[in-house]
Amino acid sequence: MMLILEKRSEQSRAMTFLSPILAIGLTVVIGGFIFAGLGLDPFKALYIYFIEPMTSLWSIEELVVKAAPLILIGAGLAICYTANVWNIGAEGQLTIGALFGSAIPVYFTAWQSPLTLVLMLVLGAIGGALFGAIPALLKNRFGANEILTSLMLVYVAQLLLDWLVRGHWRDPKGFNFPQSVPFEGWQLLPLLGEGRVHMGAILAVIAVFILWVMMSRSLRGFEIRVIGSSPRAGAFAGFSQKRVVLFCFMLSGGLAGLAGICEVAGPSGQLQPTISPGYGFTAIIVAFLGRLNPIGVLFAGVLLAISYLGGEAAQVELGISDKTAQVFQGMLLFFILACDTLIHYRIKFAPGRGAAGAA
Amino acid sequence: MSGSAEYLLEARNIVKVFGELRANDDITLSLKPGEIHALLGENGAGKSTLVKIIYGSLQATSGQLFWQGQPVTVANPGAARDLGIGMVFQHFSLFDALTVTQNIALALPPDVDIGTLAGRIETVSNDYGLPLRADALVADLSVGERQRIEIVRCLLQEPRLLIMDEPTAVLTPQEANQLFVTLERLASEGCGVLYISHRLEEVKRICHDATILRHGKLVSRVDPQQETAASLANLMVGAEVAAVKTDRGGKTGKPLLELSGLSLPTDDPFGVALKDIELAVHAGEIVAVAGVAGNGQSEFFDAVSGERPTANAATVKISGQACGKENITQRRRRDAAFVPEERIGHGAVPDFPLSENVVLTHHAVAGGVARHGMINRAAAREVNREVTQLFDVRKGTPDPEARSLSGGNLQKFVVGREMARQPKVLVVNQPTWGVDAGAAALIRQALIDLARNGSAVLVISQDLDEIFEIADRIAVISRGELSEAYPAEDMSLEQIGLLMAGAHEKSTSGVAGS
Amino acid sequence: MGAFEAVILTIITASTPLLLAAIGELVTERSGVLNLGVEGMMIMGAVCGFAAAYTSQSAMLGVAAGLIAGVGMSLLFAFLTQTLMTSQVATGLSLTLLGLGLSGLIGEAFTGLPGIKLAALDIPFLSDIPFIGPILFGHDILVYASLAITAGAAYVLFRTRLGLIITAVGGNHHSAHALGYNVIRVRYGCIAFGGGCSGLAGAYLSLAYTPQWIENMSSGRGWIALALVVFSTWLPGRVLIGAYLFGAVWIMGLYVQALGVAIPAQLLSSLPYLVTIVALIIISGNKTLTKVNTPACIGQPFAPER
Repeated sequence: MMLILEKRSEQSRAMTFLSPILAIGLTVVIGGFIFAGLGLDPFKALYIYFIEPMTSLWSIEELVVKAAPLILIGAGLAICYTANVWNIGAEGQLTIGALFGSAIPVYFTAWQSPLTLVLMLVLGAIGGALFGAIPALLKNRFGANEILTSLMLVYVAQLLLDWLVRGHWRDPKGFNFPQSVPFEGWQLLPLLGEGRVHMGAILAVIAVFILWVMMSRSLRGFEIRVIGSSPRAGAFAGFSQKRVVLFCFMLSGGLAGLAGICEVAGPSGQLQPTISPGYGFTAIIVAFLGRLNPIGVLFAGVLLAISYLGGEAAQVELGISDKTAQVFQGMLLFFILACDTLIHYRIKFAPGRGAAGAA
Repeated sequence: MSGSAEYLLEARNIVKVFGELRANDDITLSLKPGEIHALLGENGAGKSTLVKIIYGSLQATSGQLFWQGQPVTVANPGAARDLGIGMVFQHFSLFDALTVTQNIALALPPDVDIGTLAGRIETVSNDYGLPLRADALVADLSVGERQRIEIVRCLLQEPRLLIMDEPTAVLTPQEANQLFVTLERLASEGCGVLYISHRLEEVKRICHDATILRHGKLVSRVDPQQETAASLANLMVGAEVAAVKTDRGGKTGKPLLELSGLSLPTDDPFGVALKDIELAVHAGEIVAVAGVAGNGQSEFFDAVSGERPTANAATVKISGQACGKENITQRRRRDAAFVPEERIGHGAVPDFPLSENVVLTHHAVAGGVARHGMINRAAAREVNREVTQLFDVRKGTPDPEARSLSGGNLQKFVVGREMARQPKVLVVNQPTWGVDAGAAALIRQALIDLARNGSAVLVISQDLDEIFEIADRIAVISRGELSEAYPAEDMSLEQIGLLMAGAHEKSTSGVAGS
Repeated sequence: MGAFEAVILTIITASTPLLLAAIGELVTERSGVLNLGVEGMMIMGAVCGFAAAYTSQSAMLGVAAGLIAGVGMSLLFAFLTQTLMTSQVATGLSLTLLGLGLSGLIGEAFTGLPGIKLAALDIPFLSDIPFIGPILFGHDILVYASLAITAGAAYVLFRTRLGLIITAVGGNHHSAHALGYNVIRVRYGCIAFGGGCSGLAGAYLSLAYTPQWIENMSSGRGWIALALVVFSTWLPGRVLIGAYLFGAVWIMGLYVQALGVAIPAQLLSSLPYLVTIVALIIISGNKTLTKVNTPACIGQPFAPER
C-alpha cells in the first residue's frame, strides 16, 4: 500500500474547520493511551485533564488568567505566520515588555495614579515591539534568518531579567530573594470580580477584535496576506516585504510585551526570575490551532489554557508530572499540521508499485 | 501481443488519468528508425504527458509501449535511458550549482568513470558542432549552451530515440538552424527523433511524419510535407482561428513611455544587469522587445514597472513625467498598467479568489476597490465580473481561486484586469506564453485595439510569430542591452537573429538599415 | 595537567555536541530540507541516552539509544514534511516543542540520579604522551566519531556519486525527479542521518559533557547548530571550524568567571547567543558567499506528479 496525495483544485473550506477538531480528537486518543501506559484509568485521567478545569468557578477564572496572555501573543504570531514571517522569540519579547513596564514601579515606587498603569502598559508594549524589531531589522538589512535571531534573543532577554532581579532591581527589603519590589495600587491591573481575573483578559479580546478587522477588511491585512502567500505578487502589487516584516515583528512583539507586563502587573505582582511558563512558545501552537485567524486564536488560547490547568490538576490528583501538559501541546501541534494536509490534498491509498528511481 | 518490428517505438492506446482529467485518451503513435516525427498539439493537448510516459517519468493508466517490436514497461527514466531513449526537456533538467560534467554524470549509469567523462564530453560536443566546456558552471551559461548540455547528455548514451520538447522556443533562428543540422545527422545515422513543437514552419521543414493531438485525444496522423502551416493549425485547434486584425500604419501620437539611459545593476549573482537602455513608445503603437530567454527581460520589466525603481528619475518617463524613482503603485497612478511573465505567483496570488486578485493591482487606483485603507469587497467582485465577462474567462464558480483556472483563462484574467482600466501605457511580458490559440488570439486582438484607441503598448516576447503579428516596431534585447526599435515591416527573421546574438552590442551600426 | 591543556580539553568537549548536530543538519539541508527540530531531537537523544545508560549501566547502550531516539524523531518530521507535505518550518518547530515536552516527561524519573560517564578510549602509550596524549588520544568515542562523521560527510558529498545526487536533489528537485531520482527517498535518508547525528549530540551531553539528566540541558545548542550550518555556508570543513570556535566561546565564560573578572555571569552566559547573532549577520550580509552554496530548494516542498 502506498499513500498518495492528490492536490485539490481549491482549498477545502470544510477541512479548514474540521482539521483542528480532528487534531484535538487524535491528541485526546493518544493521550488516553499514554495515561493507560502510565498505569492510570485513561477515562478518569482525561476527565481530570480536559473537563474538570471547566467545572468550577475557581478553575474557570484561572483558565481566563492563563488564556489571556496566550491569546494576546498568539494573535500577534498568527499575523506573523500569515505573512510568512517567523517570529519564534515571543517569549523574549514578553520578557523585555515586562522589564520595560516594570521600570515604573521599580524607579517610581511611590507614584500612584491611573496614569501609572497606563504608562506601564504602554511601555510594556513598546519594549516588546522594540525587542521584536531587532530580528526584523537584522533580516531586512543583512538577510539574517529571523527564526534563529529571534530565538537567540529569548535567551539574552531571560538572562537580562535574571541579572536585573538579582542585581539592581532587587527589592532592598526582600531578604535577598531575587525579586523586585512588590507592585501596589495603580501599579497592578484592576481585577474583574472577586477572583484573580484581571484586565488583561479584556485587552486580549480587544486585540483579537482589532486584528480580525485588520486582517479581514483592511488593505494592511491584505498586504500581509499577499506577502505571506506570494512575495513576488506582493512586490507586483506595490507592497514592501521589508515593511511587512518590520510591521509584523513589532506588532507581535508589542502584543507579547503587553502580555508580559500584564503577567507581572497581574498574577505575579512583581518581577521574578521567571515570569512565564513558556507562554511565548505555547502561543506558537495557539496561532496554528487557531488557523492563523484572530478569532480562531481566541478559542485556541482557551484550549491551551485548559491543558496547562489540566496538567496542574493531574499532578495534584493523579500524581503524574505536569510535563504531560507540554507533551499534549507538542502532540497537538504535530497533529494539526498533519491534518491540515487535508485542506490542500485528498488522501488516497494505492497498491504499492515497484519502487521507482535510480537513486 | 507484440508490435511490428519495423517500428522503433510504438505506443498503443495510451490512457493517462489525473484525478478527473483524461490527459491522454487512447493515443497511439509509432515511429521508425531514422525518422523525425512531429508531435503536434496546443498547450494542454497532452503532448508532454505522452512523452513523459515514453521516458518513464509517468506511468500510463492503461495502454502498452513496444520497443523494437517487443512489449516493454518503462519504470523510470533510468530504464528509458537503458533502452536507448534520451530526452531534452523544454525547461531543462539541469542543476545551476553544478558543472557541465557533473550535470551529465547524473544522467549516465552509475558505473561511468567521471575521471574520463570530461574528455568524452568535449570530444562528442565538438564532433556534433555543439562546443561545451566541461568544467563550466551551468549557472554561468546561456540558454542555448544549456540546451547543448541536454543534447550532449543524450548523445553520450548513443541514443536510438531522442525526444525533444519545444527545443527551438529558446533559440535564436541561427541556433535553431544549427540544431536542425544536428537532428538531420542523427536521423541519417538511424536515430529516431520525436519532435514536439508548435512552430509549424519548422515542422514542415524537418519532420517526416506528424501525430496531432487535441484535448488529450488523437486527431490525426499526417505527412507534414503534404500540409500547409494553416491546415496543420486547423487540425491542432479544431476550428479556424480568428485572424488578428492589425490595420497597421495608423497615426501615432506623442511618446507616452520614454526610457533613456536606463541602467540597473543586478542584485543577484545569476541575474542580468541592464545597460543604458533607450526606447520611446508612442500613443497608438505597439513596440515589441524580442530576445532569447534570460537576456534581461524580467529585469527590464521590473525596471519599467517600478518593481525595482532606479536611482535617477529621468530614466523613465510616463506621459512626459519623470518617474524613475517611483514605485509600481505610483506609476500605476500615472495611468500605466503592467502584466508580468509569470501568471501564478507574480501576476496573481494562486490561493486567492479572483476578486482579491483584482485588489492586487487596483488598490492604488481610482475605482473604489480600496478607500481609507479599507477594502470594498463588493466593488472588487464587480470588477471581477466585468473582466471575466469581457475577456471570456471560463470558470466553474463566480469567484474561484486563481490556481484553479487553466493557463489560458488565467492569462485572459490577468491581462483583462489591466485592460479594464483602459490604461494610457501598458507593458506586457510574454502576453501569450503557454496559452491556447483561442486565448492567444483574443489577447493579441485586445492589445492591438488598445493601441489603436490611443494607448502606448510595450510587449516583451520570445515568440517571433507573435511579434510579427502585432508589433509596429521591434527592438531586440541581448545581455541586458536593447537595440534600436526598427519598423516591423523592415525586419526579417535573420536580422532579428543577428540582433539576438548580440550584433548591436557596443556598436550601434544599423543592422536593419541595410 | 596544565591549565592550558585543561582549557583545550574542555573546548573539545563543548564543541563536540555542536559539531555532531551541525554536520547532520548540514547533510539534511544539502538535500533541500530545513529541519528546525534539531533542539528537540538533541534533547530526546540526551534523555533517552541517559535513561538507557542508567537502566542498563552501559554507556554504549546509552549512545545507541540516543542515536535511535534522534532517528525516530527525525522520521516523524520526514513523514510529515515529505509524505504529508506539511510546512518544514512549522513542523520543525513542533518537533522541538514536542521533544522538549517529551524529554521532560521521560526524564522526570531520572532527575538527580548519578550518571554513567562515557569512558575515554585508553590507547596504550599514545594516551600517556605528555600534553599531546590527553589532547589527541584521551577522548571518548563520540569525540572521534564526530570528527570521523565530518570527514566522512565531506568525502561523500564531494567525492562520490551519492553526494552528487544529494546536492542535485537539494539544488533542483524538479530536474532530479525528471532524471529519475527519487527525491523523497533521498530526503528521507538525509533527514534520518541528521536526526541520528542530533541524537548522538544529545547523548554526548548527558553521557559525557555533564553525565546526568537536567531538564532542557541542550539549552539552545540545537539552534546554535542550525546557525553554524548557515555560518559554514554548507561546507563541512567550515562547520568543523565554526563548531570549535563556538565551543571556545561557550567555555570562555566559565573560565573568565573562574578568574574572578567582574563581569556579570549572565552576560557571559549570553555570549554564545550573542556571538551566534553576530556570526549570522556577518555571513548573511555576504551575498556571494551564501548564494553560491545555498541549496536552492531549501525549505520547499516537493510533490511528484503521478
